[in-house]
Amino acid sequence: MRTIGFILQKEFIQIFRNKTMLPIIFIVPVVQLLILVHAATFDMKHIDMYVVDKDLSSASRQLVSKFEGSPFFFVNQQSFSVENGEDHLITNEADVVLHIHEGFEKDLMVQPGTKSQAKMQLLINAVNGTKAGLINAYSTNVIADFRKEIIKSENLIAKGEIPSAINVNFSHWYNPELNYKIFMLPGILVILITIIGMFLSALNLVREKEMGTSEQINVTPIRKYQFIIGKLLPFWIIALFELAIGLVIGYFAFSVPILGNISTLVLFAAIYLFAVLGIGLFISTVSSTQQQVMFVSFFFMLTFILMSGIFTPVESMPGWAQNLNIINPFAYFIRVIRMILLKGSDMIDISREIVSMSLYALISLSFAVWRYRKVA
Amino acid sequence: MINTAVSIKNVKKTYGEVEALHNINVDVSEGELFGFIGPDGAGKTSLFRILVTLLLPTEGAASIFDMDVVKDFKKLRRILGYMPGRFSLYQDLTVEENLNFFATTFGTTIKENYYLIESIYKQIEPFKKRRAGALSGGMKQKLALSCALIHKPRLLVLDEPTTGVDAVSRSEFWDMLGNLKKMGITVVVSTPYMDEAGLCDRVALIQKGRLLSVDTPQNIMNGYDEDLWAVRSKNIYKLIEDLRQLEEVSSAFPFGEYVHVSTPPDRINQKMIENLLEKKGHDTVEVKKIGATIEDCFMKLMKN
Repeated sequence: MRTIGFILQKEFIQIFRNKTMLPIIFIVPVVQLLILVHAATFDMKHIDMYVVDKDLSSASRQLVSKFEGSPFFFVNQQSFSVENGEDHLITNEADVVLHIHEGFEKDLMVQPGTKSQAKMQLLINAVNGTKAGLINAYSTNVIADFRKEIIKSENLIAKGEIPSAINVNFSHWYNPELNYKIFMLPGILVILITIIGMFLSALNLVREKEMGTSEQINVTPIRKYQFIIGKLLPFWIIALFELAIGLVIGYFAFSVPILGNISTLVLFAAIYLFAVLGIGLFISTVSSTQQQVMFVSFFFMLTFILMSGIFTPVESMPGWAQNLNIINPFAYFIRVIRMILLKGSDMIDISREIVSMSLYALISLSFAVWRYRKVA
Repeated sequence: MINTAVSIKNVKKTYGEVEALHNINVDVSEGELFGFIGPDGAGKTSLFRILVTLLLPTEGAASIFDMDVVKDFKKLRRILGYMPGRFSLYQDLTVEENLNFFATTFGTTIKENYYLIESIYKQIEPFKKRRAGALSGGMKQKLALSCALIHKPRLLVLDEPTTGVDAVSRSEFWDMLGNLKKMGITVVVSTPYMDEAGLCDRVALIQKGRLLSVDTPQNIMNGYDEDLWAVRSKNIYKLIEDLRQLEEVSSAFPFGEYVHVSTPPDRINQKMIENLLEKKGHDTVEVKKIGATIEDCFMKLMKN
């Protein structure tokens, strides 16, 4: 036990003496959280719209002003040429072109019995599919609104011409304002503490090999488990500390709700960290330079992150990909941290994840310890 | 009775196809200052790594104070002091922190064994707050030796401790090893410098994984069974060429500003060599009879 204490002491001296380590631990997470959370938002705040109104009727103007009145759409330019609008799409000056055909109002206000439809068209820049989907959804909402108003003002319902539509009301649970930031922040926090846990510990251990210091340490009577604990514990502590910083930033800067119990979250994070530290340690035992560790860890990180459902719902991935997430520690933690913070889940709700993660930690750590050799 | 400190029996080490050590057999007595002398790539480091339990021999066995290097490695690590060829202390820790760390890993303190390292450590103590990475080569060496000694090992294994160190520091270092020997610590050291062989009690000449000879430096030098001459003329290059063509000469190697020429015993004398060379057009020829150095013996053994 005393030996572990001495190793820890040595590790902390080295960590705090390292000029790049302190900024990595204290400044990088703060900056990343403050910047990345904004960057990773899926909210569409600014949609540039190009209007081609060939009708120029009161109905078409009403529709355009409906768009202008929405907080999302900005009507930048108007003309009578669809080609011009397309040019704007190509040069990225417009995200969407609203094309109102001639006779829009006439067709809209047509007398009962005739079969004619008011025509309009939306041309959406779909290079970014997610964005296009959102623009489509927003526009449809605006148009539906417009339609409702027309029906009301013209009193068409009274004339019995239009069947009353089903009115769907939404209530968004756990994130009523559909605020993407409070959804993203926990995810980014998970990335951050994983980097600290997996990268730094792996790099630290392989550094001993690269610098040759392992040769000296290996001939001492230090036991394998003592050495590994001495290597893991500092980064385990630092990563948990990082989690605390992140939660404070989330709470004060982004008003992320903390509905669940913090201690449940810390408990899960503690187990989770053992698992990723085990992976990091294993990577470092099979590598001999810091460069190798960087590349291998990077590969795992990237795969874990993109598979984890931080950006896209896991449920929309193909079945085999969803199954692969069983071995993705990231996916567990992302799910759990969102459940605890946003949903207020308690220990019983995440008991399955806790058990899986503990098992994961046990396996990855035993693998690492087994593979680690105190020889040249 | 003198106990055996290190016993190496038929040790073989192969890395894939490459045979680094070929049937090494050697014993080191307790209290001895024993040197492995050989050029780079002779297998010294592999042998030392086997001794300090960092490497498993492919075949054969080695024991230190009757403890097997494979089976009893845990016990051995407590009584071994090892200084690797490459500086292996923490460069980002200070001199004092390094020493303290290695003392604690062996469950001891600097104070407890200070007397052992005092003469060495005193020289670097003024810099004890300096980071090890910022020390000069000679000081690094002293720190590494201090760290290898701090737990009072019974056997000290030093892998090329003087490589890359200036001449003054080298001779200082050997003085320190002499002192450690006086304190009863068995020292096994390797070096590529032949001139350091004379400072050991016994040496093993090693080349391409084979031992050429194991004896005291004096016996090895006495065992040189030919006449040896130091020859000099203006044109050294031509001199070597010409000497090698003489049928009386068994070998001729450049050695500093002289050429060392080996001839079968009593076959030829100084005058005859001078005449032969003058006939070949050499002027200002200088020839003198000399005793063999370890390097001469090494060259000769290598040829056989």
